[in-house]
Amino acid sequence: MPDTKLHVSRTTRLSTISMTLMFVVVLVLACAPWWASRADIRLFGEISLYIALASLWNLLAGYAGLVSVGQQAYVGLGGYVFFGLTLLAGLNPIAALLIAPLIGVVVAAPVAVLIFRLRGAYFAIGTWVVSEVFRLTAAQVSALGGGSGISLPVSVVNALAQGRFLREALAYWLALGVAVLVTAAVFFLLRSRRGVALMAIRDNELAAKSLGIDIWVTKFVVYLVTAGLTTLVGALIFLQKLRVSPDAAFSSNDWTAFVIFIVVIGGVGTIEGPIIGTLIYFALRETLADLGTIYLIALGIVAIVIMLKAPSGVWGLIRGRRGLELFPISRRIRGLD
Amino acid sequence: MADALLDINGLDAFYHDFQALYGVDMQVSQGDVIAVIGANGAGKTTLMRAVTGFLKSRAEAIRWKGQAIGALRVDQIASLGIALVPEGRLLFPSLSVEENLIIGGQLKRKGPWNLKRLYSLFPILEERRNVPATALSGGQQQMVAIGRALMSNPELIMMDEISLGLAPVIIKSIYEALPSIVGEGMTAIIVEQDITKALAVSTRVFCLQEGRISLSGNSADVSRDAISRAYFGV
Amino acid sequence: MDFWLDPLVQGILLGGLYALFAAGLSLIFGVMRLVNIAHGDLIVLSAYMALTTSVTLGLHPLAALVLVVPFMAVVGYVLQRFLLNHTMGGDLLPPLLVTFGLSVIIQNALLMGYSADPQKLKAGALETASIAAGPVSVGVLPLILFVTAVVVIGLLQWMFYHTALGRAFRATSDRQDIVQLMGINRAHVFGLAMALALAVTALAGVFLGIRTSFDPAVGGSRLIFGFEAVIIGGLGNIWGTLAGGVILGIAQTLGAKIDPGFQVQAGHLVFLIILAIRPRGLFPRID
Repeated sequence: MPDTKLHVSRTTRLSTISMTLMFVVVLVLACAPWWASRADIRLFGEISLYIALASLWNLLAGYAGLVSVGQQAYVGLGGYVFFGLTLLAGLNPIAALLIAPLIGVVVAAPVAVLIFRLRGAYFAIGTWVVSEVFRLTAAQVSALGGGSGISLPVSVVNALAQGRFLREALAYWLALGVAVLVTAAVFFLLRSRRGVALMAIRDNELAAKSLGIDIWVTKFVVYLVTAGLTTLVGALIFLQKLRVSPDAAFSSNDWTAFVIFIVVIGGVGTIEGPIIGTLIYFALRETLADLGTIYLIALGIVAIVIMLKAPSGVWGLIRGRRGLELFPISRRIRGLD
Repeated sequence: MADALLDINGLDAFYHDFQALYGVDMQVSQGDVIAVIGANGAGKTTLMRAVTGFLKSRAEAIRWKGQAIGALRVDQIASLGIALVPEGRLLFPSLSVEENLIIGGQLKRKGPWNLKRLYSLFPILEERRNVPATALSGGQQQMVAIGRALMSNPELIMMDEISLGLAPVIIKSIYEALPSIVGEGMTAIIVEQDITKALAVSTRVFCLQEGRISLSGNSADVSRDAISRAYFGV
Repeated sequence: MDFWLDPLVQGILLGGLYALFAAGLSLIFGVMRLVNIAHGDLIVLSAYMALTTSVTLGLHPLAALVLVVPFMAVVGYVLQRFLLNHTMGGDLLPPLLVTFGLSVIIQNALLMGYSADPQKLKAGALETASIAAGPVSVGVLPLILFVTAVVVIGLLQWMFYHTALGRAFRATSDRQDIVQLMGINRAHVFGLAMALALAVTALAGVFLGIRTSFDPAVGGSRLIFGFEAVIIGGLGNIWGTLAGGVILGIAQTLGAKIDPGFQVQAGHLVFLIILAIRPRGLFPRID
């Protein structure tokens, strides 16, 4: 038997094609300021930011088993840190964007130590308490408008770039960039030793422990990475909105409910799920948004039905049992046949 | 056999994609004491799980007094009069000894077994009736587990590895109590690793090997050679 | 002295309400390890049900309990049998996400039915009646509420340890599979546990509606208060839950005394401090 032909590889023909295709799509999207309307660019920016949020929540809940219903804590933190650094500390917006995720990590560390004491579903509610504490604290910061919030002054906006076109293009590129960055970060994390450990923990915590994987540290690292990147996304969201207030910054509907529905509909625990879920969500929103509250009710019902009938989501249905991957994560043995 | 109490016919059982039982046939008549033997992983516990309904099977694969029960829920099967003493005892830790027995009699089926009769069979349990069940020794816990099954006054009692992990002297005393349990015409299926014990208490014996029945016959008639072959497949 | 005594007494009485929020949460977690994210929204739903019954039938809100409590119990049983039971089975994500979806659905359905305007249950003279007890005056309504909470928790405790249903609850909590061998239909037991939890929730909702104004969005924070009471008191200890509620209530009223904007935050901080120094709560169940 010529077993020299056996080798392990991650790539499949499909994943090579899809990775190439995604690279082209990102390039085309990066040129959007020259071919799309202003409204479309805003929409693309928003989609990018939701892809980032959804991928991060998926990393936390779908891979690390840390089901959080309080990620709005870090979105809001990002908004407030960005406004604080630019408005109060007088930093350049780009510098503020670089510092924001670091602050997110620093804040998340003690939070994690505390709420990791809660197990499973109680952990989820614990994350919600934390986001409430953040929101109430933000409302006390009178220098940033207290309970009613504050707008980003023109001087700060102008410091970003000269001219409206460049400014809007830059904000969009940052959003697109962060979506690519987050997806890439999740992708490389999952391919790393940590990622393998993470999936081992998800599949069987006890067995993972006996293999010498430190579960606490692994989850801690994932929580911090997620918090830092979510803070960055939050900063970008409020750079686009140009106004921050406690209720908008720490909105559980906008930054958690929608995000969870997106991931559930797309497929929990897959790297493709959050992207597909975001596209479905925006397609629905663009067509049904006029319905208002009914739209939210319908979204909730769809998410419940998917969770019960097809828990691996739309991507799970597409992927089926053959284990298709657009992003090459799993190792496959070649040459067996 | 037309008058079988329990009639297992071509039973297949699966854990997801893994098939654990292949076309198992077994007829149990009123008053039989059946021993089921076999190596670890041969499918003995799986057979118990299928009969009690923890593993769903084809409805007609298992019949109780002619009624197809393979697809019924565990509690529905229990209420028909089939009780299980599970492997590892699995008592309720937050219930006292007496509460464990009372909940065993939750079904309120009519019959000879009640608290009083049970306490006369296992007097030590009456002494310790108010302590948490898991505070007892292994042997006493096994008595509670048997008692819990008896309290439902079942027509068929199945005991899965009741001597596992117990000291020989305890095993002896539990097996000594067995005749007074099955003596009143109760039907029993006993899963046992100890072949000598199994043959001594049973009327008929079935041997499982890799999910298939490899031997069946009257306990008094089967030869040790035949059992060895059926057990190890050599 | 009176300056601190008054908020202390008010805080203890407020704790009764939080204990009622917590009791249902504690019950369903104890029996089936389920944490219901929609718990707070179900409390608010109960308040709206009481609003509709008391307005359309001209009933006193407390009299409306006669209808709202059984109604919510039925809602609980149906919800558990036909929806939540399908999510149970080891994996954490399905029950969490389904109850989360439920929370969003209830909230928005209430928004459609009743608008976002704050509502209040009108209890007439009861709202302002008070008894002077030495240096502090104690509201009759908060007093009734507190006594109700103590009675409800006492009854739950009794039910758990002295009835066949309680025995079935404890056995199910111990071993969800083996309990079925006793001829107990697990799905039905779960349904009964949720029915009982939502009956208590209905009580909590009506008292909430009489005490303060409410709108469709306040469910989340009620869930949080109940949850904090459970964790402060210690998981699995129902009297601990009452103590947890009282501690939370005192923290909030004292916080409000320092600064009205600090009321809720003070409760959260006490919760976080207790989580830091006594992660299993103040009165964990010994086992």
